[in-house]
Amino acid sequence: MKELTIAMPKGRIFEEAVVMLKEAGYNLPPEFDDSRKLIIEVPEENLRFILAKPMDVPTYVEHGVADIGIAGKDVMLEEERDVYELLDLKISHCYLAVAGLPDTKMNEVAPRIATKYPNVASSYFREQGEQVEIIKLNGSIEIAPIIGLTDRIVDIVSTGRTLKENGLVEYEHIVDITSRLIANPVSYRLMHDRISEMTSRLEKVVNGVTE
Amino acid sequence: MMSKLFMFEKPMGMRDTFPHLYKMKKEIRSKVEQELSTWGYEFMETPALEYDETVGAASAILDQQLFKLLDQQGRTLVLRPDMTAPIARVAASKLLKDRNPLRLAYAANLFRAQQREGGRPAEFEQIGVELIDDSTVSADAETIALLVSALKAAGLEDFTISVGHVGFVQELFLQIVGTEERAEQLRKYLYEKNYVGFRQHVESLSLSSIDKQRLLKLLHIQGNDGSIEKAEALLEGNGGREALRELEELWDVLRDYGVDEYVKMDVSLVSHMSYYTGVLFEVYADNVGFALGNGGRYNNLLRQFGAEVGATGFGIRMDYLMEALNTEKTENQPALILFSGERRKEAVELAAEYRRAQKAVIVQDVKGVSNVDRFTAGFSEVHTFIGKAGDQA
Repeated sequence: MKELTIAMPKGRIFEEAVVMLKEAGYNLPPEFDDSRKLIIEVPEENLRFILAKPMDVPTYVEHGVADIGIAGKDVMLEEERDVYELLDLKISHCYLAVAGLPDTKMNEVAPRIATKYPNVASSYFREQGEQVEIIKLNGSIEIAPIIGLTDRIVDIVSTGRTLKENGLVEYEHIVDITSRLIANPVSYRLMHDRISEMTSRLEKVVNGVTE
Repeated sequence: MMSKLFMFEKPMGMRDTFPHLYKMKKEIRSKVEQELSTWGYEFMETPALEYDETVGAASAILDQQLFKLLDQQGRTLVLRPDMTAPIARVAASKLLKDRNPLRLAYAANLFRAQQREGGRPAEFEQIGVELIDDSTVSADAETIALLVSALKAAGLEDFTISVGHVGFVQELFLQIVGTEERAEQLRKYLYEKNYVGFRQHVESLSLSSIDKQRLLKLLHIQGNDGSIEKAEALLEGNGGREALRELEELWDVLRDYGVDEYVKMDVSLVSHMSYYTGVLFEVYADNVGFALGNGGRYNNLLRQFGAEVGATGFGIRMDYLMEALNTEKTENQPALILFSGERRKEAVELAAEYRRAQKAVIVQDVKGVSNVDRFTAGFSEVHTFIGKAGDQA
């Protein structure tokens, strides 16, 4: 039987996801967590993990080189990939928010927004009936309003500490974010038994049902 | 950021077909064409350009995926994004007057613009059939059985066809949420395969917990055994049962055709927009991340061209089919005859003999070759007629 390939996001979500898989009864080797490899085979479980940038997980899954994956809803909203969204793993809670310097108004002529999520930001402001200019940054978004690049930022907020430490305040809450189990549409059909078994085992962990 | 184009560049999503791929594609195409022809489907062609207002508007492909241009009168034209709409145009305006039901087939290049990135072709060949003016379940079953035979004829063994019926999902949603608008929202989640969003949306609706369960259970109905019974248990009243009866009948016919092993019932399969009106299906193969092909019943399309008739059909993506077959480079390379001026006649005569036997052969003047070793390396059969007569190697 062909192994199931899982695309995992490197970093914080990875650790939480590994804990969940172990709780769901998957026998992952102990050195799994601090491996630097990009591809990890787990023959005992007939699984293969590929470690990717969180933003790239849906891309691997859409093209079918990974059968399933774990991706933040923020990435799903931004990337709009053609993948199945099977289960809310309810890990890595955070939300997307609009933030900026306190007591400031957006520029009326051409309000500017810095973000790592240009699609999400653009469609959010459009839905609010506001025409904004999006400036894409790849990290440390908080700097943008401080040094006067933009009026607002759209970014992930988990505890709000980063905003606070940089003297920013939250203006609007856009959408809550958690990590999702996603699947390639073809793999979902052809490997349905294995994928749905994993889904239901993880679902039990999500709902706090122990085996 | 516009930089100067390099001479080798092509527009995004456009691909070249190199000789060995062309050969492979041609072989696969001719096997599939042969199979479709033996079922009585007649091949036809339509123009690559159509009016946006007619065929463009009738097509199931999203507007932003259409390549558009203007003709000299300022009318908007589209490069055909599918063949179903053009064939519907021809059938409604002409061919249905001669015969109905009508069985037509095509193999054509289609054009769909890429929004974001490469990795997917913007021009690709599709081969398919349309069975027009026959609204029986037999017609639905015939297209599915034909899809199975066509794929098998191409040499594909390992594939799965998911089959559903839009009528069932539609009726179930209407029974529970009441309005078409709210049903559309649920259907959108199903089409986007966003099960998480579907569940959250169901939880947020003000419905009885029984009705919520009816909706949530839909996601879990899988497999051929008992699918229809389970689906039926979700329905109240008479609506939607007809769709399930059709699926049941379809299943019986597919068994008569002996193709049921390739088919998986999936009662939650839906399509975007309201294009399909009845049975619909998608086909998947191992090693290819995208559906190889799809099809189904579209009873409203022909009306847009003035004919009140139902129709069904399917299309197979040649590019994905080739990927699924993953065939080796076909051997059958031509023989090579290398000659020099003195012995040209012998070379040409031998070549004629080969060609009479339907064998491919290249006749090459040795003077035209700069590096003989490198040139001949690619051929397994080489004859040389160089120097004086009698020297043949």
